[in-house]
Amino acid sequence: MESLTNRKKVVSDKPMTLWEKAYLPAIISGMMTTMRHMFRKRKTIKYPEETREFAPVYRGQHVLKRDEQGRENCTACGLCAVACPAEAITMTSAERERGQEQLYREEKYAATYEINMLRCIFCGLCEEACPKEAIFLTDRLVPTFFERDNFIYGKDKLVETLDERIDITNRQHTGKRSQI
Amino acid sequence: MDTALLIEKSILVLLLFLVSLGAAAYMTYFERKLAAWIQDRVGPDRAGPFGILQPIADGVKMFLKEDFIPAKADKWLFIIGPGIAMFTALITSAVVPWGPKLHLFGRDIALQVADINIGILYVFGVLSVGVYGIMIGGWASNNKYSLYGAIRASSQMISYELAMGVSAITIVLLSGSLSLNDIVTQQSGVWNVFYQPVAFFIFFVCSLAELNRAPFDLPECESELVGGYHTEYSSMKLGLYLFAEYTSMFVSSAIMAILFFGGYHFPGMSHFSGNTLAILGIAALAIKIFIFIFVIMWIRWTIPRFRFDQLMHLGWKTLLPLSLINLLITGLVIAFKNGWF
Amino acid sequence: MSLQIISIILGSLTLASALMVVLSKHPIRSVIYLVVTFFFITSMYIMMNAQFLAIVNMIVYAGAIMVLFLFVLMLLNLNKEMEPMNTKGAQLAAFIAGGSLFLVLITALKDTLILGQTYRQQDNSIGLVKELGNLLFTKYVVAFELTSILFIAAMVGAILLAKREKQIIE
Repeated sequence: MESLTNRKKVVSDKPMTLWEKAYLPAIISGMMTTMRHMFRKRKTIKYPEETREFAPVYRGQHVLKRDEQGRENCTACGLCAVACPAEAITMTSAERERGQEQLYREEKYAATYEINMLRCIFCGLCEEACPKEAIFLTDRLVPTFFERDNFIYGKDKLVETLDERIDITNRQHTGKRSQI
Repeated sequence: MDTALLIEKSILVLLLFLVSLGAAAYMTYFERKLAAWIQDRVGPDRAGPFGILQPIADGVKMFLKEDFIPAKADKWLFIIGPGIAMFTALITSAVVPWGPKLHLFGRDIALQVADINIGILYVFGVLSVGVYGIMIGGWASNNKYSLYGAIRASSQMISYELAMGVSAITIVLLSGSLSLNDIVTQQSGVWNVFYQPVAFFIFFVCSLAELNRAPFDLPECESELVGGYHTEYSSMKLGLYLFAEYTSMFVSSAIMAILFFGGYHFPGMSHFSGNTLAILGIAALAIKIFIFIFVIMWIRWTIPRFRFDQLMHLGWKTLLPLSLINLLITGLVIAFKNGWF
Repeated sequence: MSLQIISIILGSLTLASALMVVLSKHPIRSVIYLVVTFFFITSMYIMMNAQFLAIVNMIVYAGAIMVLFLFVLMLLNLNKEMEPMNTKGAQLAAFIAGGSLFLVLITALKDTLILGQTYRQQDNSIGLVKELGNLLFTKYVVAFELTSILFIAAMVGAILLAKREKQIIE
């Protein structure tokens, strides 16, 4: 068979020569290898001070987006909850009252919206399912806690605030609406 | 007895004690750093600048851990084991000449605790007793892995002591004395390693085996025996075992430097005298010790562990005959030089 | 005077640990007490200015032979049920053998008591390496060489025994 790479090596079990039996040359060549490694550039990233760059498609903590005028995009259609394979998303919907047009874009909105971060597998299917470009995964990390309750993220943690918009322009599923 | 001499020796003993413990502590740090460098990592760097306080943090951790004694262990022997290991590691340094004479307060101070005329034999005696710490600890743990570690340690140490002793005898033949001080003074011209490279090689390999260091660290090999003889140990008892290993590494590096690399002698020594010479001599010995420690650690992170039968083969079938032939040739050459033929 | 006190203390400690070898029930503890006894004997050699003998005693007996003893005992895992000598006849035989050895020792010790006073008058450097080497290779050379032949014979015998057993297994 024609070999696929040029690194093919034929294995043989012929008896060792005296030079090989002495072992010392092999040991010295091994020690030279480790000596060379001693002066190589270190591969370590010192984490709290330096952070590794995230890929543009990194799937971290979710965000519920607002539109250009600061209204919540989510209409509580429930498609994300249906798409979620881990069943991590729950929500209750409510009708928009008169005078709330500045808060919610459509007539229906999510009164509560909860993601259980312990169940979530960060697959990104909610992001794909969303017809209103409301939910996106970001490159933020979900912090750890000692109590399970802290992992259920409500709207207070998920919806972006007006003065602190989350930039998602680099993401794969960016719609034209979400560009701020 | 001379009171001044007593004070002088007590200070020397205390200093030696502190220096060997401090050196052992910082050897753990250096070992971790070196391992990291060889593996393209950074190593401990969180405690203090460059992680320089890491040994202290490790020591505090060791003290604060739970001190556990297994229910079916032989309690007294379990406690005595690490003590013997540490004790024997520390008392070896008593006969090591650390430098030329120092002049302080109008006195000639010899930088050697005890200049006994059988210094090299004393080192071997203490070394051979050192195995009891491991054996007793391993047996008293009442654990099969510990017992395996203990048995491996003892059989390994007995097999390698022979070749080590025979290669040391060649040095004794050269210097005509068993005193380490005489061996050092005799090397003021040419170091013994140039006369006896084979003996040095055998001695070095055997001391690796005696120290239970890689590639001969079978008594504590993690992949087979969990922790070997110290599987059941925790807290500072474990700390004492680990510390004893590093302390004996320090002392045997010193012994190797003295037997083969001229001790505190260095090229261009005749240009200095008095206290400058003494301090430079100590520095020269320290540098030699450091190089030995470096090479021992370098070997540990390069060469994989031996199998037990390979270890025994190497000890009995390669190193011992080689050292005997070396001894025979050395003896013949010395006899020829003295005109006995 | 102080030397004498130290000798008395050392002697009684040696005897005590030697007694513990016989009296302690556990074989491993017996071996460890034996090692302790050897250490006391080593220190007695040092008291007599026989440094070389002291250190050789430590290396050979405490360091090598007792390690092998301990090694074998650890592998044997002796229990009370496995004790081989427990019959009345065996005990009687042991008593007679031990008693006769004791008698022989006493008669031997009777003569050495006189020697004990004369050793101080001899040269103090008798235990040092040079003098010992000179004696061994001149005055006692025949005995020395014969001993080494005896050792080689023992070694060959041991190897032969080990080899034969292997052939039976195969």
